[in-house]
Amino acid sequence: MPYFEPLCNLACWLTHDRQEAEDLVQKTYAKALKCSFSFLPGTNFRAWIYRILRNAFPSLRTGLKATETPESILLQRSDEQLVRQILEQLPVAYREILLLCEVEEMSYQEISTTFAIPMSTVMSRLLRATKRYAGLAAPVCK
Amino acid sequence: MVCESWKAELDTYLDGEVPGEDMRTFDAHVRSCPSCSADALTRVQVKRAIQAAGRRYTPSAAFRKRIQQKIVSKPRRSFGLGWTLVAAATVILVVGTLTSAYLGTRSGRDQVFSEIADLHVATLASSSPVDVISTDRHTVKPWFQGKIPFAFNLPELQNTEFSLLGGRMTYLDQTPGAHLIYDMRKHHISVFVFQERSLPAKLDHDSLSPKQQPFNLETWSQGGLRYFVVGDASSADIDGLAKLFKAAS
Repeated sequence: MPYFEPLCNLACWLTHDRQEAEDLVQKTYAKALKCSFSFLPGTNFRAWIYRILRNAFPSLRTGLKATETPESILLQRSDEQLVRQILEQLPVAYREILLLCEVEEMSYQEISTTFAIPMSTVMSRLLRATKRYAGLAAPVCK
Repeated sequence: MVCESWKAELDTYLDGEVPGEDMRTFDAHVRSCPSCSADALTRVQVKRAIQAAGRRYTPSAAFRKRIQQKIVSKPRRSFGLGWTLVAAATVILVVGTLTSAYLGTRSGRDQVFSEIADLHVATLASSSPVDVISTDRHTVKPWFQGKIPFAFNLPELQNTEFSLLGGRMTYLDQTPGAHLIYDMRKHHISVFVFQERSLPAKLDHDSLSPKQQPFNLETWSQGGLRYFVVGDASSADIDGLAKLFKAAS
């Protein structure tokens, strides 16, 4: 199944719940099969299937931001754990675009296609996400 | 060029998304500006940290099997529609798998080349870019003994315009290697040497994506070692240094 692991990874980051993430991925593949006619050969398959996953994630589609309750901040064990904590504190829209850009290494064009937004919006949203990340990281890293 | 205006585009530059001529101008500025170099290094480190931390969740084998079974056992309304769905699923899986394999391979290669460029930039921005300072290859080569699990030859530079500045240990995806820095008419060129079998992706010269590389880069495999020559010198100069290394090995 194409992009199964990265889709599962992103779904977990979006939902914070393993079961919900599995449901989301399952819905994604079911929708992909059902709407296979909407995929144009020669276009970006990755962006297409990521867009299906995003559309299936309710809080993104309705524009509601998932409310998060930050876990109590733990003493620093490793940089990776800190980074994960910071990522989890980000609003979903910022977390998602940072993950697609940095982890999935999507180009700005792919992100633009996945989100169905202009490139300029991709760049400005990434800039805001980066700034928010830096703002959250500063007090934690002191 | 005012630094502040560049710093706002730093992430776009590091993502390789700044268009053609602007990229070259940006390169030149970053290399000549300590402040922007330091910011670039910091941003690269943050991006790497997010990339490492972001790969957190992996699906269980049971879940994978469940999804595969769902796809295969999707109920059919009629014989004709059912076969249409199976055909559509097959097309998606084949196209997706081929695309996934291509993008996965390309992503792996691109990541290696991107990391090489990052190592080059980060080292030059460092206050101590080399651990062994010497213009003599007979001093630098033995310094690496016991530090890396292989040996390699450095070329003789007499009667060339290249000069050796020194070397340091380096790592690529946790693989130890050698990093040498050369000077060529005020351009700094890095030469990286790793064991080919330890690298995370299969590489060949044809896998370079020139438009995505902010530097000139030459790579080849020789004697079980993978060499990378990277810098902002002209491609002819990069090629010249590469030829010297090939002749010495």
